[in-house]
Amino acid sequence: MVETNNLSQTPLRVLTPLRQGQGRPPREGAIPKVRIQGLSYWYSGKASLEGVTMDIPDKAVTVLFGPAGGGKTTLMRLINRLNDMVEDTHMTGRILLDGDDIYAPDVDVLHLRRRVGMVFALPLPLPGTICDNVLYGPRLAGERDATTLSEVVERSLRQAALWTEVKDRLDAPALSLSGGQQQRLCIARSLALEPEVLLLDEPTSGLDPISTAKVEESLFELRERYAVVIVPHSVQQAARVADYAAFFLAGEMVERGNGPQVFTSPRDKRTEDYVTGRFG
Amino acid sequence: MMSRSLAQSFGFISLGVIAMIVVMPILLVVGTIVARGISAINWEFISSMPHGGMREGGILPAIVGTLLLTLGTALVAVPIGVGGAIYLSEYARDTRLTRAIRLAIVNLAGIPSIVYGLFGLGMFVLFFRFGTSILAGSLTLAIMTLPVIISTAEEALRAVPQEFRTVSASLGGSRWQAVQNIVLPQALPGIITGIILGLLRAAGETAPILFTVAAFYLPRLPTSPLDQTMALPYHLYVISTQVPGMPTSIQYGTALVLLALVLSLNIVATVIRSHFRRRRQW
Amino acid sequence: MMGIARARANHLRPAGGESRRPATAAGEFVIEALIRVLGFSTVGFVVLIFIFLLREGLPVFVEVPLHGIFSTLWYPTFKLFGTLPLILGSILVTVASIVIALPLGVATAVFVREVAPRWAREILKPVIEVLAGIPSVVLGFFGMAYVAPMVRELLGAPTGLTAFSGALLLAYMALPTIISVAEDALDSVPRSYRDAGLAMGATRWQTIWRVVVPAGKSGILTAVMLGMGRAIGETMAVMMVTGNAAVMPTSLSFLFKPVRTMTATIAAEMGEVARGSTHYHALFGIGIILFMLTFLINLAAAKAIFQKKRRGGLR
Repeated sequence: MVETNNLSQTPLRVLTPLRQGQGRPPREGAIPKVRIQGLSYWYSGKASLEGVTMDIPDKAVTVLFGPAGGGKTTLMRLINRLNDMVEDTHMTGRILLDGDDIYAPDVDVLHLRRRVGMVFALPLPLPGTICDNVLYGPRLAGERDATTLSEVVERSLRQAALWTEVKDRLDAPALSLSGGQQQRLCIARSLALEPEVLLLDEPTSGLDPISTAKVEESLFELRERYAVVIVPHSVQQAARVADYAAFFLAGEMVERGNGPQVFTSPRDKRTEDYVTGRFG
Repeated sequence: MMSRSLAQSFGFISLGVIAMIVVMPILLVVGTIVARGISAINWEFISSMPHGGMREGGILPAIVGTLLLTLGTALVAVPIGVGGAIYLSEYARDTRLTRAIRLAIVNLAGIPSIVYGLFGLGMFVLFFRFGTSILAGSLTLAIMTLPVIISTAEEALRAVPQEFRTVSASLGGSRWQAVQNIVLPQALPGIITGIILGLLRAAGETAPILFTVAAFYLPRLPTSPLDQTMALPYHLYVISTQVPGMPTSIQYGTALVLLALVLSLNIVATVIRSHFRRRRQW
Repeated sequence: MMGIARARANHLRPAGGESRRPATAAGEFVIEALIRVLGFSTVGFVVLIFIFLLREGLPVFVEVPLHGIFSTLWYPTFKLFGTLPLILGSILVTVASIVIALPLGVATAVFVREVAPRWAREILKPVIEVLAGIPSVVLGFFGMAYVAPMVRELLGAPTGLTAFSGALLLAYMALPTIISVAEDALDSVPRSYRDAGLAMGATRWQTIWRVVVPAGKSGILTAVMLGMGRAIGETMAVMMVTGNAAVMPTSLSFLFKPVRTMTATIAAEMGEVARGSTHYHALFGIGIILFMLTFLINLAAAKAIFQKKRRGGLR
């Protein structure tokens, strides 16, 4: 689907076939899973996010994209409160999960992190076997029943599209897997806790194209059950997977909307410049 | 006028010679003690009591005393040291208090061993009324060993990549859970190496036990922590300076036993360190 | 099968049974509190040591006037507690040992880091570690048996138990510390310095001595301070070879005569002293002096290391 836009000089376009059902609108009357309201965030006196307001709908893939330093990773780490451990920060605004402010004083942070899972840019297997990795979260939460645990292992690995490759060697060390497999293991690890929101920070940046394709494939399964937020490692990937997209530039959310629309006919010139590759 | 490369070769060789000057005496010390002490080593020497004013017989009570003191030191210094290291590595922020703690550790490390002996005398022997006892000696040695254990344990904990902690947190784990399940097990070889190195130092020290536990001539084994005991380092000192007519073979034999104990612990620590460095999971 | 966490519960404060049982949370609180206490304990110990030294040592400053304490005669049996001979004895032996150890240590560090082939390094490092592990009483024993007679023969002196013998032993005991810190200092000199030197046409030898070592000067200074701290606190080895004569070392020739250090004095005399006597307090007083001396030396060394770390020098 190639369109030229009156605003651009060169018809340079991202050529991506749309997925079936990509960019479908949310159900009528559904509350967005995560709402971010007027969020500003300062780190060591410097603003890394300014006045961000957006919704993240459930059962869809929301893409946060933009050049480096735009605040995308920071925003994600605020959603699962991983930035709690960083000193010298200041925040205004709210983040709501199912309508509840996640920064309210009596919130159990550990419980929150089980509901909002995160996968990082480099595959980071924990020491131990494949099985140990997947079950790390559930065991921390106190799950002991062996039947439950083995069901969790299979379910999570299936959802991460890894089950068929490792089902016969669950006791092998996690480091014996290839890079792409390790990353899918990390996804399975997060899924084992049955989160409601899944945050993925450049999950395929260290992976070869085949592994990347497999991970993107699994995203399409995952969005049937979870609210998926992903920072892609390229604009092309963003266009491939987005149901919704938000463009971040230097801490400001410039534009957001329906995925295909943002990439083919962006409203803001800056978005268009980035999407067409004029900078980035 | 020497050419520059000739000067360089000359220089390099002299450095090598100096390195040899450093190395040779060390080998000489070890070699002499082994050569002249080995004749005294037999089963009787290691397993029996001294008699004849210590000029005959064995050094069993000294060996047992040193082992007991080392054990006592470990029992106290290891929990405090590892706990302190966990605090510094995992919980402490960069505040004035933390810097004070680090300064305290540096100072504890620098206090002369004889001053520890005085401290042990003042606090454990006299103030707590433990008397000269294994208890007093172990406590004194433990505080002396603390800085070594804390430093090496902290280093081992910090060497564990930060990513593991981040991943654990993102999976709903608390800080202690991350320490308990990931950080501590991964740091364990380094921690154990540090503990062994600290303990071997404690085993060889004389000054701290001079006034806190050491007995001159006690030809029986201790039965309670409040007993005095002989100890290898002090025994060596005594039989080389205070007992006239002491057969040199026994002196060298005692030195050899002490040296062997210390060096074998050193080897164990080194082996552990290099073995687990190869099997690291990051 | 929802044993873990939740069944899509819509709240952030889990109902009972949803997250970890509260018992573990409380247990964790106890553990973390315990760890905090253990962390602070080191400060407590330093304070305790100082307090107890003061407790037993302060009386001497009451019982003996200050000019007496710093007079030149140490004869406790005659109620003379002049500590000057002991302090100067310690200083003499320590300084002499550093004079010996510094060039040896720096040269060895340079050799290991910059010059030595791999096989030489593989031999040197374990041997130096062995040296670090030898107990001081064993070295003192060896000193009595070998070093002192050797010194006596070499110098034709009446006895080999001299300050010099002590300095020799101390130098070797301080060597592992000096070598290791000097090695770190050389390590932290950026590679670009060496490359720059070589690029200007200097030989490796010239580069080492004109570029690298001067750049690592402060680290080497730290090594000296740490070595000094170690040497001044050493007891057994010096006690066994320095002859233990509490005389005032007024000239350099005293290097080859018996002297007495502060540490040896405490170790030798404490056993025969009556608790609570002035002599007893005096020995603790010497301990206080030692404590403060090493405190200052280590403070200076630690400051140097922290400063370097902050400026990005020493790792």
